[in-house]
Amino acid sequence: MSRTRSQEDRRQALAGWLFVSPALLGLIVFLVVPIVLALYVSFTNWDGLSNPLGGDVKWVGLHNYQQLLTHDGLTRTTFAGALRNNFWFVLFVVPTQTALALWLAVLVNNKYLRGRGFFRTAFYFPSITSSIAITLVFLFLFQGGGAVNGILNWFGVKGPNWLADPRGVVHVWLSGVGVTKPPGWTQHSVMGQSLWDWFSGPSIAMMVIIILVIWTTAGTFMLMFLAALQNVNEDLYEAGELDGAGSWQRFRYITLPSLRPTLLLVLTLGLIGTWQVFDQIYLTGNNPATRTPAYMSFDQSFQNNHFGIGSAIAFLLFALIMGLTLLQRRLIPEEID
Amino acid sequence: MKSVRVQRIIGVAGAAAVLVTAAACGSSGPSKSSGSSSGGTGGSGGTGGATSGVTLQVLIGSSGDAETNAVVAAGNAWAAKTGNKVVVTPAKDLTQQLTQSLAGGTPPDIFYVDASKFQGLVKGNALADVGEKITDSSDMYPNLQKAFTQSGKYYCVPKDFSTLALEINTGLWAKAGLKDSDVPTTWDQLETVAKKLTGNGVTGLVMSDTLDRIGAFMRQAGGSVVSADGKTVTADSPQNLAGLQYVQKLAKEGVLKFPKQVDTGWGGEALGKGKAAMTIEGNWIVGGLQKDYPNVHYKVVPLPAGPAGNATLSFTNCWGVAQKSAHQAAAVDFVDYLTTVDQQMSFAKAFGVMPSRQAAKTQFTTEFPDQAAFVTGADNAFGPVGFPGFDAVQKDFDSKIQGLSDGSSDPKSMLSSLQKNATDALSNN
Repeated sequence: MSRTRSQEDRRQALAGWLFVSPALLGLIVFLVVPIVLALYVSFTNWDGLSNPLGGDVKWVGLHNYQQLLTHDGLTRTTFAGALRNNFWFVLFVVPTQTALALWLAVLVNNKYLRGRGFFRTAFYFPSITSSIAITLVFLFLFQGGGAVNGILNWFGVKGPNWLADPRGVVHVWLSGVGVTKPPGWTQHSVMGQSLWDWFSGPSIAMMVIIILVIWTTAGTFMLMFLAALQNVNEDLYEAGELDGAGSWQRFRYITLPSLRPTLLLVLTLGLIGTWQVFDQIYLTGNNPATRTPAYMSFDQSFQNNHFGIGSAIAFLLFALIMGLTLLQRRLIPEEID
Repeated sequence: MKSVRVQRIIGVAGAAAVLVTAAACGSSGPSKSSGSSSGGTGGSGGTGGATSGVTLQVLIGSSGDAETNAVVAAGNAWAAKTGNKVVVTPAKDLTQQLTQSLAGGTPPDIFYVDASKFQGLVKGNALADVGEKITDSSDMYPNLQKAFTQSGKYYCVPKDFSTLALEINTGLWAKAGLKDSDVPTTWDQLETVAKKLTGNGVTGLVMSDTLDRIGAFMRQAGGSVVSADGKTVTADSPQNLAGLQYVQKLAKEGVLKFPKQVDTGWGGEALGKGKAAMTIEGNWIVGGLQKDYPNVHYKVVPLPAGPAGNATLSFTNCWGVAQKSAHQAAAVDFVDYLTTVDQQMSFAKAFGVMPSRQAAKTQFTTEFPDQAAFVTGADNAFGPVGFPGFDAVQKDFDSKIQGLSDGSSDPKSMLSSLQKNATDALSNN
């Protein structure tokens, strides 16, 4: 009796494995194998001109990681610049897009708003349009003599030559208040870049991409907030109103706490997405003012034939995103005690 | 025993011949006699007999439709003559696409190789050593041959070449009250005319912010980034500094601007739009202006001489044949066809490049007297720095050039970091 039982179990298990095997095979071939191979490549000097597992490829140990992190050279300086650019990018994009998405969601969730469907579609539209197409349009808008500067001109403001301007906005602001020379203490160098350079803020060229990304992704996240808002129990608002809560208090003490899991989701997705920004950077060309680690990984691999360094960047980026996501979860617990 | 083997060989050869003929019929109609196919181009060595019924994959980094169509036409002509087939693919990003196909183990049979990428491909064992197999391959300009020679091996033959020259918008020139005799031949004269031409929304000189332009001034001052033997980095020299300081002087005076500063993509666009009175570009500007700004009148003159005399930069590609190509003999035969004087001249007509054969020099200057300045440049032209890893170094240098205008980049520190980074990259080879 027990034997047949276990046979039955085994058969069921086998059937189970059989059913998931196509998906599993796909995962292994397209995910696990490439990741393992990339990890291997990051420890080699593979130049991309031969078989990565062939005889010409030399195991170089941590050399690629050293080039990126400790060896004083161009690779490290470039990587530090890319990290700096992306750090400021994340700092500007994630909070803004989250706040904007939440605000838009609350707006279009209003029962008394006319043409709700229209606004929902309008706000969501940029998210479903090709990022390449949108970026190209932005490149035209933000040319030196483009539409944006034309509009600024009406107000007597002479706009910068946006995409060609490598100045950091913090530096621009500092020079506006009279700090033009870097103070002595900022000369301390971290990873081949002075502190002054680290604190430059995003370049004006990067600001264009920041605006672009906020505008395109806010729609997606608005949709998530909207779904969550519609799950909030109406009774809570009624109870709040009875207790004499104003609209701000209802938002602060009812809406926000109910949205907490969604907020965490949006922040996490935003963080991951912004550290991986690539398409928009690719289209603006190889510009040190907008270069990000993801772009540098591509550039090192396919343009300079340093696939080892390219892969090493990918894994460093992975570690960074992982670390920051865990930190964020720590700072914003999913449930309130 | 022996006779059995011979029989088998004959059998295999016969079968192959049948297959080959069948394929040839399929691809190009009535089969041409295949064995003597290469006779027309001089029956170059190494191409063997049966190079018929083969499909050659050709990957090119095309400058536009004119170039693509010209290469396709040449491919079709050769295919019809030899009973082979040629598939030409214009790459969107040649370096990336070539790398991908090499990594995949199935590279195209023939591809463009930029002089700056050549050494890396040799190091990666991607290029077949076929330069000597091409008819009269020693007729190519010596400095172009040198660009594609590594450790005594002449790997691939130069396809064509371009040099930098000064292009002047003749309308704006006359408007500023300048005459033919005012064409600058020295740095001082260049500065003077640039000043006269600047104003009313026109900048005297607009050129791209890259070492591939600025480098000409460094050469004219007697400097170089790498020593002639390619073994030492010589970026941090007083000569290079003089070249860079001259560029900075013009930029600070506002008579030299970089394309982005006048809202354009490159010098040709600035010249065509009338935003620049002069620019420094290579032969490709001829086709570019013809296509986009056919009504702009301009003339091409040699670059002015610097303190160390005349110098310009040259750019070239070769027809690389893949080491892993299964049809090397056919590929060599096709390259041989592509590099005949006639074919090079038809490329010159189609998209404005200069033949790499010295035998075609007179023909070119007779046909295109307006472009004589480009040909003159060949005598004192220097090729790009070619060692693997220099690309990234150059990009870093290039990114600082625009800063020369507002003083945020300092020539001295630009050169010292160029020295440091290039030395670093060279030592990694």
